[in-house]
This record gives sequence, structure tokens and C-alpha cells, in this order.
Amino acid sequence: MKKLVSSVLAASMVLSLAACGSSASTDTASSSEAASTSTAATAEAAGEGSGAYTGTPIKIGGIGPVTGGAAIYGQAVKNAEELAVKEINAANGSDVFEWKFEDDEHDAEKSVNAYNTLKDWGLQVLAGPVTTTPSIAVAAETANDNLFMMTPSASAPAVIESGDNVFQICFTDPNQGVASADYIAENKLGTKVGIIYDSSDAYSSGIYEKFKAEAAAKNLEIVTAEAFTADNKSDLSTQVAKCQQAGADLVFLPIYYQEASQILIAANKSGYAPVFFGCDGMDGILTIEGFDTSLAEGLMLLTPFAADAQDEKTQAFVSAYKEAYGDTPNQFAADAYDVVYAIYQAAVAGGINGDMDASDVCDALKAQFTSMTFDGLTGDGMTWDASGAVSKAPKAVVIKDGAYAAM
Amino acid sequence: MLKNMKKSTKSNVITLGIVVGFYVLIQILSAAGALTNSFSGQLVPICAYVIMAVSLNLTVGMLGELSLGHAGFMSVGAFSGTLVYVVMSENAPQPLALLLAFVVGGAVAGLFGVLVGIPVLRLSGDYLAIVTLAFGEIVKNVMNACYLGVDSHGLHFSLKDSASLNLEVDGKVLINGAMGITGIKKASTFTIGIVLVIITLLVILNLVNSRAGRAIKAIRDNEIAARSVGVPITKYKLMAFVTSAVFAGVAGVLYALNYSSLVAKKFDYNTSILILVFVVLGGIGNLRGSVIAAAVLTVLPELLRSMNDYRMLIYAIVLIVVMIFNQSPEMIALRKRLTARFRKEDAEGKGAKDKEKKGVA
Amino acid sequence: MQFLSYLINGISLGSVYALIALGYTMVYGIAKMLNFAHGDVIMIGSYVVFFAFGSAGMNPVLAIVLSMVVCTVLGVTIERVAYRPLREAPSLAVLITAIGVSYLLQQVAQLAWTSNPKSFTSVVSGLKPISLFGGQLTISAETVVTIIACIVIMVVLIWFVNNTPAGHAMLAVSEDRGAAQLMGVNVNATISLTFAIGSALAAVAGALLCSSYPTLQPTTGAMPGIKAFVAAVFGGIGSIPGAFLGGILLGIIENLSKAYISTQLSDAIVFLVLVVVLIVKPTGLLGKKVNVKV
Repeated sequence: MKKLVSSVLAASMVLSLAACGSSASTDTASSSEAASTSTAATAEAAGEGSGAYTGTPIKIGGIGPVTGGAAIYGQAVKNAEELAVKEINAANGSDVFEWKFEDDEHDAEKSVNAYNTLKDWGLQVLAGPVTTTPSIAVAAETANDNLFMMTPSASAPAVIESGDNVFQICFTDPNQGVASADYIAENKLGTKVGIIYDSSDAYSSGIYEKFKAEAAAKNLEIVTAEAFTADNKSDLSTQVAKCQQAGADLVFLPIYYQEASQILIAANKSGYAPVFFGCDGMDGILTIEGFDTSLAEGLMLLTPFAADAQDEKTQAFVSAYKEAYGDTPNQFAADAYDVVYAIYQAAVAGGINGDMDASDVCDALKAQFTSMTFDGLTGDGMTWDASGAVSKAPKAVVIKDGAYAAM
Repeated sequence: MLKNMKKSTKSNVITLGIVVGFYVLIQILSAAGALTNSFSGQLVPICAYVIMAVSLNLTVGMLGELSLGHAGFMSVGAFSGTLVYVVMSENAPQPLALLLAFVVGGAVAGLFGVLVGIPVLRLSGDYLAIVTLAFGEIVKNVMNACYLGVDSHGLHFSLKDSASLNLEVDGKVLINGAMGITGIKKASTFTIGIVLVIITLLVILNLVNSRAGRAIKAIRDNEIAARSVGVPITKYKLMAFVTSAVFAGVAGVLYALNYSSLVAKKFDYNTSILILVFVVLGGIGNLRGSVIAAAVLTVLPELLRSMNDYRMLIYAIVLIVVMIFNQSPEMIALRKRLTARFRKEDAEGKGAKDKEKKGVA
Repeated sequence: MQFLSYLINGISLGSVYALIALGYTMVYGIAKMLNFAHGDVIMIGSYVVFFAFGSAGMNPVLAIVLSMVVCTVLGVTIERVAYRPLREAPSLAVLITAIGVSYLLQQVAQLAWTSNPKSFTSVVSGLKPISLFGGQLTISAETVVTIIACIVIMVVLIWFVNNTPAGHAMLAVSEDRGAAQLMGVNVNATISLTFAIGSALAAVAGALLCSSYPTLQPTTGAMPGIKAFVAAVFGGIGSIPGAFLGGILLGIIENLSKAYISTQLSDAIVFLVLVVVLIVKPTGLLGKKVNVKV
């Protein structure tokens, strides 16, 4: 009996809380109105087709971790998607997109739940999920429903293997590993390569494996490959010491920037100064609050996006993002922003309307994406093949005087 | 009819009735098209968590030992069962592959139950809890570094990376470290889940109400006294622990076959804790409570989605408040009074009920 | 030489575990509860130091003192609001509540300070590392300070528990709460004091944890918290020298297995060693054997 009472109590609490919740969320929507009006100007300046879309708004949803350990990535994607949707709607005059974002805590089960919640809402296009494992699970569901899915940042090949409705805007992991090895070999950046990667992370281990294979093909000598896991990443000094002992003159870091910052600090402490080379996950290292950016001096990375690039598009995005959310956007944000704009371009070109059902929208978008070319923040002239993988040119940058410089 | 039953039988019938009633209700709602995608998507995980909670309650409630590594059994069950399914579904009929997956998942988890169960005999209390926590973490870390591939030469295994498998060109990587198993064909359904829940409940309720179950509870209440009257402690402790592990493995297979990807990271310490929360909130030793708590608490975070960023904050607060409400001394006292009354009735009507029991059987 | 440098890395990590484990073991020994929110109190303490010292430029010692005050208030409040109503409840109920508190603190931190990582400036950045064998071996100032802090805290705690009235009250509550109450010990006040001390230690641990391993996020406290808990059990939970020994050994085992066996499996190895130790010595290295009376 008591169990019943307590569960009723919990349920009633939930209901009452949910009631306050909905009013709270309308609050946030209206408060961020301000951000949208201020960014509208930049969107128009960017010159996206004004008033090109006149139909019923298309329901576009995003999924990503906005709570828990991976929240930085989900939050960046959420913000950038919101920004892009607001810009597009404002520039168009009438609403092109209706947008909703759900949390998945970087968990496959929660991600599928989030997807189902979005379906109940009337989802027509999915701009997510953010991380790899949830994306694989959700991709199988979308393939089943024939609902168009484009992930900003889940880079494993297994994501797009789920179906022909699944697209990526980021490089695939193998692609990055191969490109990094080629770049290092061609520019003779180092002869003895050490690697430190996160073996508990699909992204990091995916790049590592392809890098290793390609490095062998290019006659790069890998002297040591050290792993860490999500559980023991607080202390990375032993991995750094092992690279040092092995005499590596270049350390490849296919990892995210927060662990990379620790590696740079540990290397500095032990007086070890090889060339450090990273991938797109490294972008953001200069924005860590409290990080001594002089330690990142000389760090090279292959990234599609650099927040202080001088082109007009990037600058408009960065300033709008900073104004709305107070942070410098990282590559997750840039990828997400591109996803929304790419879908917008395809929707307009393909004559897609919010009245169509999700499956028809999906077929039309598939046809568009495999034939169109898209210029975004993360690359010009992006194209997609039928598998859903993107083709775009990686940019290599080096950190000089606390800022990115082209190489 | 209910009136004439033995108290425990009646309680069991009610518990099973709730499960069957829930199933019927869902089928009706589903036929009427009144089910949301969100809810129907949660049905299989609910079943898996119910099995987890009921099986953990056997360890925590009946055996009286704290386990912080129940997700470890779920993990080994999920991986072994899914492997069997992935391999078998190519060249065996679907139902057979599925059945085999559940059997293997449960058996492998049971085997690990025996392995971990041995320290149970030496340790107790918080030290035992740590050993189970350690077990869960070991499973997670090893599975995260586990690479398994197959080619014409047979199976290849490595704890380093998939390149070390030295597969032939046509070889297939089955478990790819942190990526786990991908491309699983979704096979779990709500019906399978409910059938498994009912089997779990039948087996565990039977065990609890059997001679063995009374022995297990005697060990929990006073190990020394139980030993002194000749109860084989080792045998019964291991029996409870392994049964609990087997069903955790089955739940793992059910859970894994509901998604297209399976990673070891899912079955970490937080999942073990989550299951423990179900058990404690539902009432330690109360199987029906576990069923209800697991279902309600699985749905709860989804219901809180409208809260946006405050979702998990509210969840944490609800957890603390409900815990205090449920377990504060006044409520405990109330429960003790109630259970004392039940026990008395039990004792009084025992002779008559034993006869009835024969009749029922 | 190589081995020595790995060993020093291990001791450095171990000293951080030991510092956190002291707080764990203190609370467990006296209140008989596993305070899973301890790691998150550490995280909050680190944020306080980060803002006071790193952003506002406060003197590091003052920043740590401020953080100790904040953590003490936080710890005592948590005890009062979430744990005290469950004092007589089964220990599992308190365990679950502690987990709820842990989630709560992480969520609050995320809402207050976002999940963007912050790079923590070492509180001892003014001090020079110790260089041995002509620079072949360096011991960072953080390591030296952490070990000294650990030893000082350990000695003070042992002295406090054995030589002061409040300490005696703690021992009494730890032995037999009911009997202590009958003898006129204020159990609630004693347990509150324990939480206050444990939380103040958490603030120190947080500052030193993030000085050695500088990434600060809302989840920063979680894993070191669990490892420290393991360290406390390893050494014999409830035993103050045991926590120190357990922490140092855990750090050394973790780093040596990273160095010589496998970086991927180092955690599995740590836990395996723990299981073996507990099977051989069921109450940890320095734990007391409790005889069960019939």
C-alpha cells in the first residue's frame, strides 16, 4: 500500500512539476527571442535566399547529450541548431523550421527514447544525434521509419551503414585517420610517431586504427601507442612519459581537447616538447577557461572549422553565437549549424513542404543530398555520396601566438 | 477464490496479475492507437529493468547482501547472448536463434555468478559490495578493450586493437572494443519481454517460498543461528546469488537485442546503482515493489522531458524526497506494525493453510 | 630510472586518492555510511577555488580556506537535510539518498557553471619542482605538497580522535551509537562534526586534485571519488592510516600497470588486485577484524 502511495506521490509531483516546466520553457523561448532578432541581421548579410520558403514549417529535431559527462558536445550542437533555425526563420520572413531538441545523456537507450518523443511531436527531419553510440542505435530506428537523419558529429562509419537515409556532415573516423597520416608523412612533420588515444571512445579508437594502418603504408614509424579510458583519464602523465621514453618526436592525439590540454600540461611539466598533432576534436583547446594557451603553441590540427578564421561566414557565426550563448563555438557547433543550413538548402531546392509525411520528405532530401553541393562553415563544395558520407577538404592549422594560423 | 489461498500465494497471484494486466492494457491501447511512440519505445527496456530489479532483490532482499555490480552480469549476458544471436540468426530459424541467445546469455552470466559468488562466502557487508562493484568495473574495462573477429580460420581475439586480430580481408569484426557490437537486428519485443518477466517472477517467487527460500532468509536473519541448525550456508548463498546472476544475464540479452548497437560502457557502475535504486525504492525484499518501482522510475525521466535542462535535477530531487518519505523512521515504524500483524496471522492460520496448500497443489 | 619516474607518478596520483579517501573513511568510520556524494563535494570545492584563486586572483591559501568554509557548510547542510532523517533507516536507504545528492550536486554545478571544461591553475604554481639525478627525475611541487598535506592531515586526525573530547565522542559513536547516547554523547552533533571535518578535507582534496590533474568539469569528482572509496576499502575502511596506505598503493598499482602491462586495462587490474586483497584479507589491509557474537 505504502508503495502505491509513494508512487502516486511521485507521479503527482512529476505532473505538477511538468506543469511548471512547460511554462518555464515558454519563458526561455521568449527570452531568446532577443538573440534571434540580433542574429537575423547577420543571416541576411550572409545572403541566404530570403522568403524562399512559403509552406508549412518543417519539424526538425535534434538529439544530443545536454546533461552528463558529454554535455559540452550536446550543448554546443543544441545552441548552434537553435541559432541556425532562428536565423533561417528570420531571414525567410515566415517560419521554415519548427525545432525541438531532446537530451540523450550520451546513452543509446535514452537516445532512442528521445527519438520516439520527437516522433510523437511530429518529427520530419532529424538533425542528430551528436555522439556515436547513440547515433548507431537511432540510425537503425530512422532507417526503419525512413526518416531523414543527418548527424553533425557522429563520425563512425557504422552510423551511416544503418541505411541510405542516414547522412553525416563530419568526416568519418577512417577518413580523418588516413588524412592525418598522409599529412604528417607528406610534410615530414616527424619520423617517430607516438599516439595517445582514448580506447573507451568509439571516435578516438576509430581514428587511431585507421591512422595506424595508413602510417604503416606511408612508412611512418609508430614507436608507441598509448591508450587511456574514460575512467582513468585524470592522470595522463604515464602515457606522456612512455611517449617520451620511446623517443617520439611527434605525438598524434586523436582525442578531445580537454584531455589534450592535460597532455600538454603534463608534457610541459616533464620538459617534453615534441610536435603535437590533433584532429577535429582538438578544436576548442584555446577556449578552455584558465588554460595557458602558450602550452598549445605549435600544436597542429586537422579540422574543418576554426573559430578565428577570417572569412565572413565564420565571423558572422562566431559573433552571433557568442552574443546568444556567451561562448566561442567549437567544431560541434559549426557542424550542427551546417547541418541545419544544408537541410534548408535541400528543402528549398527539393520543394519540400511541412505538409508532406516524413517518409516523402526523406526521399526528397535523399535525392537532393546526393546531387547537391553545399558551402558551409566546415567546408566549401561539400558533396555526399549515396552511402551518406561527406566529401570535403580538411584544413590543417597550426597554433601560433595563441591563435590558429593556416599551414 | 483469492480468499482461500495461502497469503504468499495470493500475493504472488496479485503480482503476476499486475504484470499480465499491464500487458493486456498495453495491447488494448496499442490496438486502439492510443500509445505514444515514446511509451511504446520504452516497453522493452521496462521489461529488462523489471527483470534486473527482481533478480537483484533476490540478492539484496532475500540474501541480505549488497551488490553494486549487477550490471556486470547484465553485460556478460548481453554480450554473449548477442554474439550467439548475431552468429546464429544467419543460419538458423529466428525463434531458435533467439531462444539460444537467451539460454547462453543466462548461462554465461550464471557462470560468472559462480565465479563472483565464491568471494561471497568469505566477505560480507560493505566489503562484499566493493567486490561486486570491482567485478562490474572489471567487466566494463575488459569488454571495452575486447576485440573479437571471425574469418575462415576461426575466431580471433585481442585485448589491444582490431588490427591485432590479423583478420583476413573477408574477416568480420564481431566485437570492436569501445564500439562494441554494431548492426544488431532488433529482435526483442514487448511480448518476449513480458514472457521473460513472468518466467523470472515465477522462478524467483517459487524459490523464495520454497524450502530453499526459507533457508536463504534464515541465513540473512542470522547466519550463525542458521549454521547451528545445520543449514548449508554455502549452498544456499550461492544458489541465490547465481539465480540472480542468471536472470540479470537474460535481462541483458533482452535489452541488447532491442538496440542496434551494444557497448560495454552502458553497463557501468551507474546502471548497477540505478537497479539498486529500483530495489530500495520498491522495498527491500518486496518483489512486487521492485516491479512497480522499476517501471515507474524508467518512465519518470521521460515524463520529465518537458523540464528541459532541469530534468535530471528534478529527478535527483524526486529521488531524495521519495527516499526520505519512504524510509523515514515513522514510516518504518508503520511498516513494522503492519508486517508484525501479518506475521501473527500467518502463524495462527498456519496449520489450516498447510492443508489448503496440498489441496491447491 | 624509468621505473622510478613511473613510481613517482604513481605516488603522486596515490597521494590524491589518499587525501580523498581520508574524508571517506572518516565519515564511514563514525557515521557508518558510504557517502557517495563526497566526490561531488570535492568538485564543488574545486570550483570555489577555481573562481576565487584562478579568476578573482585571491591568495591561494585564502582561496582554499574559503573553499573549506563553503564545503563545510555544504556538507553539514547535506547531512542535516538528506541524511539525518534516515539515521535509523537501513543503511541502503542512506546510500541511495547519497547517490541522489551526488546527482543533484552534479546537476547544480552544470546549471551554474556549464559543462565546458575549465583548466585549473595549480595552487602551488609558485613553487619549483624538485629535480633529482641532474634533472633526470622530477617530482612536481603538487606531489610534494599533496603528500605533505596527506601526512599532516592524517597525523592531526589521529591526534584529534584520540586526544580531544570531541574525538572521544566520535570513537564512542563509532563503537556503539546507542550506548554513546546513553552515556550522554550528543550523537547528532558528533556526526555533524564528522561531516564538517570530512567536507573541509574534501575542499583541500579538491584543490590539490585539480592542481595535479587540471581539467575541471561537473563530473570531475565522480571517478576519483569512486577510486578513493576503493582505496579506503583497500586499506580497511574506517582506518585513518589505512586510507593513506590504500590510496598510495592504489595510485602506484594503477600507474605501474599502465606503464608495464596495459594502459587500457589498468583499471581492471586495480580492481582485480582489490578483489584478491579482500579475499585474502577480508577487512582490508589495516582493517579491524570484527568478531560476531552469537
